[in-house]
Amino acid sequence: MQIDNTLYTKRRIASRIGLALSMSAMAVGLAVLIWILYVLFSNGLSALDLNLFTHDTPAPGTEGGGLRNAIIGSLMIVGLTVLVSTPVGILAGIYLTEFGDESKTAELTRFVTDIMLSAPSIVLGLFVYAIAVSTVGNFSGYAGSMALSLIAIPVVMRTTENMLRLVPGSLREAAFALGAPRWKVSTMVTLRAAKSGVMTGILLAIARISGETAPLLFTALNNQFFSTNMGAPMANLPVVIFQFAMSPYENWVRLAWAGALLITMTVLILNILARVVFRDKVH
Amino acid sequence: MNMPNTSMEGGQLVSHDMVMIAKKQRLQDFFFHRVTQGFSLLVLVALLGIIISLFINAWPTFQKFGLQFIWRIEWDVINQDFGGAIAIVGTIASAAIAMVLAVPLAFGVAVFLTETCPAWLRRPLGTSIELLAAVPSIIYGMFGLFVFAPLFADFIQVPVKALLGGMPLIGFLFGGATNGMGILAAGIVLAFMVLPFVAAVMRDVFEITPAILRESAYGLGCTTWEVVRQVVLPYTQKGVIGGVMLGLGRALGETMAVTFVIGNANRMPTSLFSPGTSIASVLANEFGEAEGLHFSTLFALGFLLFVITFVVLAAAKAMINRAEKAKGS
Repeated sequence: MQIDNTLYTKRRIASRIGLALSMSAMAVGLAVLIWILYVLFSNGLSALDLNLFTHDTPAPGTEGGGLRNAIIGSLMIVGLTVLVSTPVGILAGIYLTEFGDESKTAELTRFVTDIMLSAPSIVLGLFVYAIAVSTVGNFSGYAGSMALSLIAIPVVMRTTENMLRLVPGSLREAAFALGAPRWKVSTMVTLRAAKSGVMTGILLAIARISGETAPLLFTALNNQFFSTNMGAPMANLPVVIFQFAMSPYENWVRLAWAGALLITMTVLILNILARVVFRDKVH
Repeated sequence: MNMPNTSMEGGQLVSHDMVMIAKKQRLQDFFFHRVTQGFSLLVLVALLGIIISLFINAWPTFQKFGLQFIWRIEWDVINQDFGGAIAIVGTIASAAIAMVLAVPLAFGVAVFLTETCPAWLRRPLGTSIELLAAVPSIIYGMFGLFVFAPLFADFIQVPVKALLGGMPLIGFLFGGATNGMGILAAGIVLAFMVLPFVAAVMRDVFEITPAILRESAYGLGCTTWEVVRQVVLPYTQKGVIGGVMLGLGRALGETMAVTFVIGNANRMPTSLFSPGTSIASVLANEFGEAEGLHFSTLFALGFLLFVITFVVLAAAKAMINRAEKAKGS
């Protein structure tokens, strides 16, 4: 008896082609990541020296210069954002898991938070401009932090909620049975059990906001000089990179690449750190 | 029966101190509940605040041009005559190009990660795709401007224009300057940017497919590709569409990656290579110098962008939520 294999061969070949295409899609994705990193290193490393951290951004047409004011400004703006959004995000996340299980408002909050995670960040900048810049009359580091908080809070909130949900109910029940009030159970039992997960959320939030440019354009603006006054316009890495990369001056473009390398490395290291923290503690 | 007896004893055991402690704890819990609730409601307040404040600042423009603002092509800062059509077309065109390129790639990545990838490579490869999502958008912009655009001009625009530019019917699509910037270049850079977001959602929903469905299909003699196309994909349809729309929402609202490469010209784009502008890039470029009606027009564009992306993202989220609920049942 002869077995006709043509149909089977056709299907097998179709499958091979499909899988080969999917593999090449993966290769394209990886190639883009490696290409971007290569471009960053090849352009940024040459500008990465001590001057970068000891000199301020140069005036148009002057030689040399560094990014000291922008680095300090970015650290201050991001630092304040983290100080504000971490407690707010964690407490809001606690509400969503511990109190807001059935309520319609909690459901809505969850939905809106997820949308805010991907909302166009430039619009958040417009909003903060309308409420905190045009009313006060000047751009400020505080306004920059406010715009970034609108991005960071949803990130912390949702990761906290997801991580608290993984804490077994028996742990809560055991604490309640000992007579602990709800706030103690939430902050000292469940939150502690989910600590590494919550840390992951905070690290991811920092990574997410350190590279955000659009919301800072209309809020913190930029400052050519060194300043630690958060009530005034403040230099920050993303906006400096944006202005310098588009400029005709060669040393400005070089500084932009150096800044880009700094930011990307920070963001990638934070991301990898977040994964390591979470993986180590979860098992 | 000594039930009442014990309870009476219990009643006597409750001292004044214990009642005080219980009262104090109830009060603390009440405040804790309200404080956490207040913080979580901040998100809703912010949403309302965004919509209201954008609309109030945009009002002069809406009042002057009405709904026609959306399809007016004028953009004349000196004569204070504005329309949103150029920016809206640029936004939608660049996002559409990005999705056309990113969706098949993301599908491939997700299929590879869930079906063919050896187990030990799954984690590192999955992480590297997630890292691609973490790269800040301004880096994509610089990459597009300094590296991608020159290559794109030399190796794609010039040959494609030479080959197809003279053709009837489709030739007009490839006209214009070949300096590497334009709607198509912006779309391609955007595609790289949204690829990891779409791929991550697709991978997550593919993993939801019950093993028993896959195994039954393999048991009937299906090839891997047939299992993906005829079992996994139909089962995860909603989640996949949700992932695509999530990517679309991102692409529509992206500022930096687009601003660097779209060319920033306030003209209606006539071909894939011609420079254009998107809502987000108009905002980034012109907001600093805007006054009067120009200022409120930029707010009007921001309002439109927020409403469009909100609708797209809400639909995406609803789809993904439904896909995840199906997992439970």
